[in-house]
Amino acid sequence: MSVVLVDAGGTNIGSVRYALQRLGVDAALTADAKSIRAADKVILPGVGAAAPGMARLRELGLVDVIRSLTQPVLGVCLGMQLLCEHSEESDTACLGVIPASVHKFEETPERCVPHMGWNRLSPVSSHPLLKNLEEGDWAYFVHSYAVPTGKYTLVSSDYGGLFSAVIASGNFHGMQFHPERSARVGAKLLKNFLEL
Amino acid sequence: MLSRRIIPCLDVRDGKVVKGVRFRDHVVMGEIVELALRYRDEGADELVFYDITASPEGRRVDRGWVERVAREIDIPFCVAGGIRSVADAREVLHAGADKVSINSPALERPELIDELAAAFGVQCVVVGIDSMRDADGEWRVRQYTGDPSKTRSLARRTLDWMMEAQRRGAGEIVLNCMDTDGVREGYDLVQLTAARKGCTVPLIASGGAGAMTHFRDAFTQARVDGALAASVFHGGAIAIPELKRYLQREGIVIRLQETVDHE
Repeated sequence: MSVVLVDAGGTNIGSVRYALQRLGVDAALTADAKSIRAADKVILPGVGAAAPGMARLRELGLVDVIRSLTQPVLGVCLGMQLLCEHSEESDTACLGVIPASVHKFEETPERCVPHMGWNRLSPVSSHPLLKNLEEGDWAYFVHSYAVPTGKYTLVSSDYGGLFSAVIASGNFHGMQFHPERSARVGAKLLKNFLEL
Repeated sequence: MLSRRIIPCLDVRDGKVVKGVRFRDHVVMGEIVELALRYRDEGADELVFYDITASPEGRRVDRGWVERVAREIDIPFCVAGGIRSVADAREVLHAGADKVSINSPALERPELIDELAAAFGVQCVVVGIDSMRDADGEWRVRQYTGDPSKTRSLARRTLDWMMEAQRRGAGEIVLNCMDTDGVREGYDLVQLTAARKGCTVPLIASGGAGAMTHFRDAFTQARVDGALAASVFHGGAIAIPELKRYLQREGIVIRLQETVDHE
Protein backbone atom coordinates (compact mmCIF):
# COMPACT_ATOMS: atom_id res chain seq x y z
CA MET A 1 0.00 0.00 0.00
CA SER A 2 1.33 3.44 -0.88
CA VAL A 3 0.63 6.35 1.43
CA VAL A 4 1.71 9.91 0.72
CA LEU A 5 1.90 12.92 2.97
CA VAL A 6 1.21 16.14 1.12
CA ASP A 7 4.06 18.51 1.86
CA ALA A 8 2.16 21.70 2.53
CA GLY A 9 4.89 23.12 4.71
CA GLY A 10 3.53 22.36 8.19
CA THR A 11 5.88 21.56 11.03
CA ASN A 12 4.07 18.39 12.14
CA ILE A 13 4.82 16.45 8.97
CA GLY A 14 7.70 14.61 10.63
CA SER A 15 5.53 13.59 13.57
CA VAL A 16 2.78 12.21 11.33
CA ARG A 17 5.34 10.36 9.28
CA TYR A 18 6.89 8.76 12.38
CA ALA A 19 3.43 7.76 13.65
CA LEU A 20 2.81 5.94 10.36
CA GLN A 21 6.24 4.28 10.63
CA ARG A 22 5.28 2.99 14.06
CA LEU A 23 2.35 1.32 12.27
CA GLY A 24 4.74 -0.20 9.73
CA VAL A 25 3.97 2.18 6.86
CA ASP A 26 6.63 4.29 5.23
CA ALA A 27 4.82 7.31 3.81
CA ALA A 28 6.51 9.44 1.18
CA LEU A 29 6.52 13.18 1.68
CA THR A 30 5.60 14.80 -1.61
CA ALA A 31 4.18 17.84 -3.38
CA ASP A 32 4.14 16.05 -6.73
CA ALA A 33 0.67 15.84 -8.31
CA LYS A 34 1.35 12.55 -10.07
CA SER A 35 2.54 10.77 -6.90
CA ILE A 36 -0.45 12.12 -4.97
CA ARG A 37 -2.92 10.91 -7.60
CA ALA A 38 -1.26 7.49 -7.72
CA ALA A 39 -1.24 6.88 -3.94
CA ASP A 40 -3.64 4.48 -2.21
CA LYS A 41 -4.04 6.87 0.71
CA VAL A 42 -3.37 10.60 0.93
CA ILE A 43 -2.77 12.50 4.16
CA LEU A 44 -2.84 16.28 4.37
CA PRO A 45 -1.14 17.25 7.63
CA GLY A 46 -0.76 20.79 8.78
CA VAL A 47 0.08 23.09 11.60
CA GLY A 48 -0.15 26.80 10.98
CA ALA A 49 -2.74 29.13 9.54
CA ALA A 50 -5.41 28.62 6.89
CA ALA A 51 -4.44 31.41 4.48
CA PRO A 52 -0.75 30.46 4.10
CA GLY A 53 -1.81 26.79 3.98
CA MET A 54 -4.12 27.42 1.01
CA ALA A 55 -1.58 29.76 -0.61
CA ARG A 56 0.99 26.99 -0.46
CA LEU A 57 -1.39 24.45 -2.05
CA ARG A 58 -2.16 26.94 -4.83
CA GLU A 59 1.54 27.63 -5.44
CA LEU A 60 2.15 23.92 -5.71
CA GLY A 61 -0.78 23.56 -8.12
CA LEU A 62 -2.42 21.05 -5.78
CA VAL A 63 -5.86 22.60 -5.21
CA ASP A 64 -7.61 20.84 -8.09
CA VAL A 65 -5.45 17.75 -7.63
CA ILE A 66 -6.70 17.25 -4.07
CA ARG A 67 -10.31 18.14 -4.97
CA SER A 68 -10.37 15.46 -7.66
CA LEU A 69 -8.94 12.61 -5.56
CA THR A 70 -11.12 9.51 -5.22
CA GLN A 71 -9.00 7.41 -2.82
CA PRO A 72 -9.30 7.88 0.97
CA VAL A 73 -7.92 11.28 2.03
CA LEU A 74 -7.26 12.34 5.63
CA GLY A 75 -6.70 15.91 6.76
CA VAL A 76 -5.13 16.38 10.18
CA CYS A 77 -5.70 19.53 12.28
CA LEU A 78 -5.23 22.46 9.87
CA GLY A 79 -5.28 19.83 7.10
CA MET A 80 -8.84 18.94 8.15
CA GLN A 81 -9.86 22.61 8.14
CA LEU A 82 -8.43 23.05 4.64
CA LEU A 83 -10.78 20.30 3.39
CA CYS A 84 -13.77 22.45 4.43
CA GLU A 85 -15.43 25.17 2.36
CA HIS A 86 -14.36 28.23 4.24
CA SER A 87 -12.38 29.31 7.29
CA GLU A 88 -13.00 32.42 9.34
CA GLU A 89 -9.24 32.57 9.82
CA SER A 90 -8.29 35.49 7.51
CA ASP A 91 -11.60 34.83 5.67
CA THR A 92 -10.05 32.01 3.61
CA ALA A 93 -11.75 29.99 0.87
CA CYS A 94 -10.64 26.38 1.37
CA LEU A 95 -10.76 23.20 -0.73
CA GLY A 96 -14.50 22.71 -0.25
CA VAL A 97 -14.60 18.91 -0.36
CA ILE A 98 -16.37 18.63 3.00
CA PRO A 99 -19.50 20.81 3.32
CA ALA A 100 -18.48 22.51 6.55
CA SER A 101 -17.03 25.81 7.65
CA VAL A 102 -14.41 26.71 10.22
CA HIS A 103 -15.06 29.23 13.00
CA LYS A 104 -12.96 30.85 15.71
CA PHE A 105 -13.38 29.55 19.25
CA GLU A 106 -14.70 32.39 21.32
CA GLU A 107 -12.62 33.17 24.37
CA THR A 108 -14.53 33.12 27.65
CA PRO A 109 -13.36 33.20 31.28
CA GLU A 110 -13.92 29.43 31.34
CA ARG A 111 -12.43 28.73 27.93
CA CYS A 112 -8.81 29.49 27.06
CA VAL A 113 -7.96 29.75 23.39
CA PRO A 114 -6.10 27.92 21.90
CA HIS A 115 -7.86 24.74 22.97
CA MET A 116 -4.73 22.90 23.98
CA GLY A 117 -4.59 19.53 25.67
CA TRP A 118 -6.36 16.20 26.00
CA ASN A 119 -10.10 16.08 25.48
CA ARG A 120 -12.65 13.28 25.19
CA LEU A 121 -14.06 11.90 21.98
CA SER A 122 -17.70 11.07 21.53
CA PRO A 123 -18.59 9.06 18.40
CA VAL A 124 -21.91 10.22 16.95
CA SER A 125 -22.25 7.91 13.96
CA SER A 126 -20.79 4.63 12.81
CA HIS A 127 -18.01 4.61 10.26
CA PRO A 128 -15.12 2.20 9.56
CA LEU A 129 -12.72 5.01 10.54
CA LEU A 130 -14.05 4.72 14.10
CA LYS A 131 -13.49 0.99 14.58
CA ASN A 132 -12.76 0.19 18.26
CA LEU A 133 -13.11 3.85 19.21
CA GLU A 134 -14.87 4.11 22.53
CA GLU A 135 -16.96 6.85 24.07
CA GLY A 136 -14.66 8.95 26.23
CA ASP A 137 -11.37 8.01 24.52
CA TRP A 138 -8.85 10.83 24.91
CA ALA A 139 -7.18 12.74 22.07
CA TYR A 140 -4.70 15.60 22.00
CA PHE A 141 -5.96 18.89 20.54
CA VAL A 142 -4.20 22.15 19.71
CA HIS A 143 -6.31 24.65 17.78
CA SER A 144 -8.03 28.03 17.92
CA TYR A 145 -10.52 27.44 15.09
CA ALA A 146 -13.07 24.64 14.95
CA VAL A 147 -15.80 23.10 12.81
CA PRO A 148 -19.27 23.14 14.40
CA THR A 149 -21.11 19.83 14.53
CA GLY A 150 -23.24 18.94 11.51
CA LYS A 151 -24.25 16.07 9.29
CA TYR A 152 -20.58 15.55 8.35
CA THR A 153 -19.60 15.01 12.03
CA LEU A 154 -18.46 11.48 12.95
CA VAL A 155 -17.05 12.32 16.37
CA SER A 156 -17.72 15.33 18.54
CA SER A 157 -15.87 16.77 21.48
CA ASP A 158 -16.87 19.33 24.10
CA TYR A 159 -15.01 22.53 24.87
CA GLY A 160 -17.55 24.92 26.33
CA GLY A 161 -19.86 23.55 23.63
CA LEU A 162 -19.75 20.74 21.09
CA PHE A 163 -17.54 20.89 18.02
CA SER A 164 -16.40 18.38 15.37
CA ALA A 165 -13.43 16.19 16.28
CA VAL A 166 -13.73 13.90 13.24
CA ILE A 167 -15.58 14.74 10.03
CA ALA A 168 -16.09 12.97 6.71
CA SER A 169 -17.78 13.41 3.37
CA GLY A 170 -17.36 10.65 0.79
CA ASN A 171 -13.68 9.75 0.55
CA PHE A 172 -12.54 12.86 2.46
CA HIS A 173 -11.93 12.60 6.21
CA GLY A 174 -10.61 15.00 8.80
CA MET A 175 -9.35 14.82 12.37
CA GLN A 176 -9.15 18.05 14.36
CA PHE A 177 -6.88 16.53 17.02
CA HIS A 178 -3.40 15.16 16.45
CA PRO A 179 -3.60 11.36 16.09
CA GLU A 180 0.20 11.28 15.91
CA ARG A 181 0.29 12.73 19.44
CA SER A 182 -2.76 10.97 20.90
CA ALA A 183 -1.01 7.84 22.20
CA ARG A 184 -2.81 4.57 21.52
CA VAL A 185 -6.14 6.18 20.63
CA GLY A 186 -4.42 8.11 17.85
CA ALA A 187 -2.57 5.04 16.60
CA LYS A 188 -5.87 3.13 16.49
CA LEU A 189 -7.52 5.83 14.36
CA LEU A 190 -4.56 6.12 11.98
CA LYS A 191 -4.58 2.35 11.59
CA ASN A 192 -8.31 2.47 10.80
CA PHE A 193 -7.64 5.08 8.12
CA LEU A 194 -4.93 2.92 6.56
CA GLU A 195 -7.40 0.04 6.47
CA LEU A 196 -10.21 1.99 4.73
CA MET B 1 -14.04 18.51 28.98
CA LEU B 2 -10.40 19.33 28.63
CA SER B 3 -8.28 17.36 31.07
CA ARG B 4 -5.74 18.91 33.41
CA ARG B 5 -2.23 17.96 32.36
CA ILE B 6 0.57 16.31 34.32
CA ILE B 7 3.90 17.29 32.81
CA PRO B 8 7.24 15.79 33.86
CA CYS B 9 10.22 17.96 32.99
CA LEU B 10 13.49 16.27 32.06
CA ASP B 11 16.85 18.01 31.97
CA VAL B 12 18.94 17.03 28.97
CA ARG B 13 22.64 17.55 28.57
CA ASP B 14 24.66 16.30 25.61
CA GLY B 15 21.82 14.02 24.59
CA LYS B 16 21.32 12.34 28.00
CA VAL B 17 18.83 12.95 30.78
CA VAL B 18 20.68 14.29 33.80
CA LYS B 19 19.86 15.41 37.28
CA GLY B 20 21.81 17.63 39.57
CA VAL B 21 22.28 21.26 40.22
CA ARG B 22 22.17 23.02 36.90
CA PHE B 23 25.59 23.84 35.44
CA ARG B 24 27.31 21.88 38.20
CA ASP B 25 27.86 18.15 38.64
CA HIS B 26 25.33 16.11 36.79
CA VAL B 27 24.41 12.50 37.22
CA VAL B 28 23.32 10.82 34.03
CA MET B 29 19.91 9.28 34.66
CA GLY B 30 19.60 7.51 31.37
CA GLU B 31 18.75 7.58 27.73
CA ILE B 32 16.23 10.21 26.70
CA VAL B 33 14.01 7.96 24.62
CA GLU B 34 13.88 5.25 27.27
CA LEU B 35 12.87 7.69 30.03
CA ALA B 36 10.43 9.47 27.76
CA LEU B 37 8.71 6.19 26.94
CA ARG B 38 8.60 5.26 30.63
CA TYR B 39 6.78 8.49 31.47
CA ARG B 40 4.50 8.03 28.47
CA ASP B 41 3.58 4.55 29.73
CA GLU B 42 2.93 5.87 33.22
CA GLY B 43 0.42 8.36 31.82
CA ALA B 44 2.31 11.64 31.48
CA ASP B 45 0.17 13.95 29.34
CA GLU B 46 3.09 15.81 27.88
CA LEU B 47 6.85 16.07 28.37
CA VAL B 48 9.15 19.04 28.61
CA PHE B 49 12.82 18.59 27.78
CA TYR B 50 14.96 21.33 29.16
CA ASP B 51 18.16 21.32 27.14
CA ILE B 52 20.85 22.60 29.47
CA THR B 53 23.54 21.88 26.89
CA ALA B 54 22.75 25.26 25.42
CA SER B 55 25.75 27.34 26.42
CA PRO B 56 25.67 30.99 27.40
CA GLU B 57 28.40 31.53 24.80
CA GLY B 58 25.87 30.59 22.12
CA ARG B 59 27.68 27.58 20.80
CA ARG B 60 25.77 25.32 18.45
CA VAL B 61 23.91 22.51 20.19
CA ASP B 62 23.41 19.01 18.82
CA ARG B 63 19.67 18.41 18.81
CA GLY B 64 19.73 15.00 17.15
CA TRP B 65 17.92 13.64 20.18
CA VAL B 66 14.78 15.66 19.34
CA GLU B 67 14.21 13.58 16.23
CA ARG B 68 14.88 10.34 18.12
CA VAL B 69 12.24 11.30 20.69
CA ALA B 70 9.77 12.33 17.97
CA ARG B 71 10.15 8.97 16.23
CA GLU B 72 9.29 6.99 19.34
CA ILE B 73 6.99 9.11 21.44
CA ASP B 74 3.27 9.49 20.75
CA ILE B 75 2.40 12.21 23.23
CA PRO B 76 3.21 15.91 22.78
CA PHE B 77 6.55 17.29 23.87
CA CYS B 78 8.12 20.69 24.25
CA VAL B 79 11.78 21.66 24.02
CA ALA B 80 13.11 24.43 26.23
CA GLY B 81 16.57 25.90 26.55
CA GLY B 82 18.79 27.78 24.16
CA ILE B 83 16.17 28.72 21.59
CA ARG B 84 17.11 32.24 20.58
CA SER B 85 15.80 32.66 17.04
CA VAL B 86 13.23 31.55 14.49
CA ALA B 87 15.94 29.36 12.96
CA ASP B 88 16.62 27.61 16.30
CA ALA B 89 12.91 27.01 16.77
CA ARG B 90 12.44 25.77 13.21
CA GLU B 91 15.18 23.18 13.68
CA VAL B 92 13.53 21.82 16.83
CA LEU B 93 9.97 21.90 15.45
CA HIS B 94 10.95 20.31 12.14
CA ALA B 95 12.73 17.56 14.08
CA GLY B 96 9.32 16.77 15.57
CA ALA B 97 8.86 18.77 18.77
CA ASP B 98 5.33 20.12 19.20
CA LYS B 99 6.29 23.32 20.99
CA VAL B 100 9.27 25.40 21.94
CA SER B 101 9.59 27.20 25.23
CA ILE B 102 11.55 30.42 25.52
CA ASN B 103 12.51 32.32 28.63
CA SER B 104 15.65 34.51 28.95
CA PRO B 105 15.97 35.16 25.16
CA ALA B 106 12.41 36.54 25.19
CA LEU B 107 13.39 38.94 27.95
CA GLU B 108 16.43 40.07 25.97
CA ARG B 109 14.35 40.63 22.87
CA PRO B 110 10.57 40.39 23.38
CA GLU B 111 9.99 40.58 19.58
CA LEU B 112 11.19 36.96 19.47
CA ILE B 113 7.73 35.96 20.73
CA ASP B 114 6.01 37.81 17.86
CA GLU B 115 8.41 36.29 15.34
CA LEU B 116 7.86 32.74 16.54
CA ALA B 117 4.08 33.17 16.65
CA ALA B 118 4.05 34.57 13.11
CA ALA B 119 6.30 31.80 11.80
CA PHE B 120 4.73 28.77 13.51
CA GLY B 121 1.45 29.83 15.13
CA VAL B 122 0.81 30.67 18.77
CA GLN B 123 0.16 27.02 19.62
CA CYS B 124 3.89 26.28 19.23
CA VAL B 125 5.08 29.13 21.42
CA VAL B 126 5.43 28.65 25.17
CA VAL B 127 6.87 31.44 27.27
CA GLY B 128 8.51 30.38 30.52
CA ILE B 129 8.67 32.96 33.28
CA ASP B 130 10.89 32.67 36.36
CA SER B 131 9.41 34.77 39.12
CA MET B 132 10.29 35.71 42.68
CA ARG B 133 8.64 37.89 45.31
CA ASP B 134 10.79 40.88 46.20
CA ALA B 135 11.06 42.52 49.62
CA ASP B 136 8.43 45.11 48.62
CA GLY B 137 5.92 42.31 48.01
CA GLU B 138 5.93 42.54 44.20
CA TRP B 139 6.58 39.50 42.03
CA ARG B 140 9.32 40.28 39.56
CA VAL B 141 11.00 38.39 36.76
CA ARG B 142 14.38 36.70 37.03
CA GLN B 143 16.64 36.08 34.05
CA TYR B 144 19.37 33.47 33.39
CA THR B 145 18.21 31.32 36.29
CA GLY B 146 19.92 28.27 34.79
CA ASP B 147 23.18 29.51 36.26
CA PRO B 148 22.98 30.90 39.82
CA SER B 149 26.09 33.03 39.25
CA LYS B 150 24.47 34.74 36.24
CA THR B 151 20.91 35.11 37.52
CA ARG B 152 19.63 38.69 37.27
CA SER B 153 16.70 40.40 38.94
CA LEU B 154 14.71 42.51 36.51
CA ALA B 155 12.53 45.53 37.16
CA ARG B 156 9.73 43.92 35.19
CA ARG B 157 6.78 42.81 37.22
CA THR B 158 5.87 39.18 36.56
CA LEU B 159 2.23 39.76 35.72
CA ASP B 160 3.04 42.69 33.40
CA TRP B 161 5.48 40.48 31.53
CA MET B 162 2.96 37.67 31.35
CA MET B 163 0.38 40.03 29.79
CA GLU B 164 2.94 41.35 27.32
CA ALA B 165 4.00 37.81 26.36
CA GLN B 166 0.36 36.93 25.66
CA ARG B 167 -0.18 40.06 23.59
CA ARG B 168 2.89 39.22 21.55
CA GLY B 169 1.72 35.70 20.81
CA ALA B 170 2.53 33.28 23.60
CA GLY B 171 0.17 30.32 23.27
CA GLU B 172 0.96 29.02 26.74
CA ILE B 173 2.61 30.37 29.88
CA VAL B 174 4.74 28.31 32.26
CA LEU B 175 5.04 30.23 35.51
CA ASN B 176 7.97 28.99 37.56
CA CYS B 177 7.61 30.34 41.07
CA MET B 178 11.14 30.38 42.44
CA ASP B 179 10.16 31.06 46.05
CA THR B 180 8.54 27.63 46.22
CA ASP B 181 10.82 25.84 43.73
CA GLY B 182 12.82 22.98 45.21
CA VAL B 183 11.15 23.28 48.62
CA ARG B 184 8.43 20.71 47.87
CA GLU B 185 5.90 22.49 50.04
CA GLY B 186 3.42 23.13 47.29
CA TYR B 187 2.93 25.35 44.28
CA ASP B 188 2.68 29.11 44.88
CA LEU B 189 -1.11 29.24 44.87
CA VAL B 190 -1.31 32.96 45.62
CA GLN B 191 0.86 33.92 42.67
CA LEU B 192 -0.70 31.35 40.32
CA THR B 193 -4.20 32.56 41.24
CA ALA B 194 -3.16 36.14 40.51
CA ALA B 195 -1.66 35.05 37.18
CA ARG B 196 -4.76 33.04 36.26
CA LYS B 197 -6.91 36.19 36.45
CA GLY B 198 -5.04 37.77 33.57
CA CYS B 199 -4.02 34.68 31.65
CA THR B 200 -6.31 33.81 28.74
CA VAL B 201 -4.01 31.14 27.31
CA PRO B 202 -3.19 27.84 29.05
CA LEU B 203 -1.27 28.38 32.30
CA ILE B 204 1.16 25.78 33.63
CA ALA B 205 2.26 25.76 37.27
CA SER B 206 5.91 25.06 38.03
CA GLY B 207 7.94 24.97 41.23
CA GLY B 208 7.06 23.44 44.55
CA ALA B 209 5.35 20.10 43.97
CA GLY B 210 6.09 17.73 46.83
CA ALA B 211 2.85 15.84 47.44
CA MET B 212 -0.23 14.77 45.53
CA THR B 213 -2.36 17.34 47.35
CA HIS B 214 -0.20 20.10 45.85
CA PHE B 215 -1.29 19.12 42.35
CA ARG B 216 -4.92 19.05 43.46
CA ASP B 217 -4.65 22.52 45.00
CA ALA B 218 -3.02 23.97 41.88
CA PHE B 219 -5.88 22.64 39.77
CA THR B 220 -8.80 23.43 42.09
CA GLN B 221 -7.61 26.67 43.71
CA ALA B 222 -5.40 28.32 41.11
CA ARG B 223 -7.26 26.66 38.20
CA VAL B 224 -4.08 26.06 36.20
CA ASP B 225 -4.30 23.92 33.06
CA GLY B 226 -1.24 21.84 33.80
CA ALA B 227 1.26 21.13 36.52
CA LEU B 228 4.92 20.65 35.81
CA ALA B 229 7.30 18.82 38.12
CA ALA B 230 10.67 17.17 37.95
CA SER B 231 12.28 15.82 41.10
CA VAL B 232 9.17 14.25 42.64
CA PHE B 233 8.71 12.17 39.50
CA HIS B 234 12.36 11.37 38.83
CA GLY B 235 13.06 10.44 42.45
CA GLY B 236 9.98 8.25 42.64
CA ALA B 237 8.35 10.25 45.47
CA ILE B 238 5.19 10.47 43.38
CA ALA B 239 4.15 7.86 40.82
CA ILE B 240 2.10 9.31 37.98
CA PRO B 241 -0.52 6.51 37.81
CA GLU B 242 -1.23 6.88 41.52
CA LEU B 243 -1.27 10.68 41.25
CA LYS B 244 -3.77 10.58 38.39
CA ARG B 245 -6.08 8.16 40.19
CA TYR B 246 -5.94 10.39 43.26
CA LEU B 247 -6.76 13.52 41.23
CA GLN B 248 -9.68 11.76 39.59
CA ARG B 249 -11.04 10.74 42.99
CA GLU B 250 -10.77 14.40 43.96
CA GLY B 251 -13.10 15.26 41.09
CA ILE B 252 -10.50 16.67 38.71
CA VAL B 253 -10.82 15.89 35.00
CA ILE B 254 -7.79 13.78 34.23
CA ARG B 255 -6.79 11.42 31.41
CA LEU B 256 -6.60 7.96 32.92
CA GLN B 257 -7.11 5.65 30.00
CA GLU B 258 -3.50 4.96 29.11
CA THR B 259 -2.56 3.76 32.56
CA VAL B 260 -5.76 1.74 32.93
CA ASP B 261 -4.90 -0.07 29.71
CA HIS B 262 -1.70 -1.30 31.30
CA GLU B 263 -3.34 -2.84 34.32
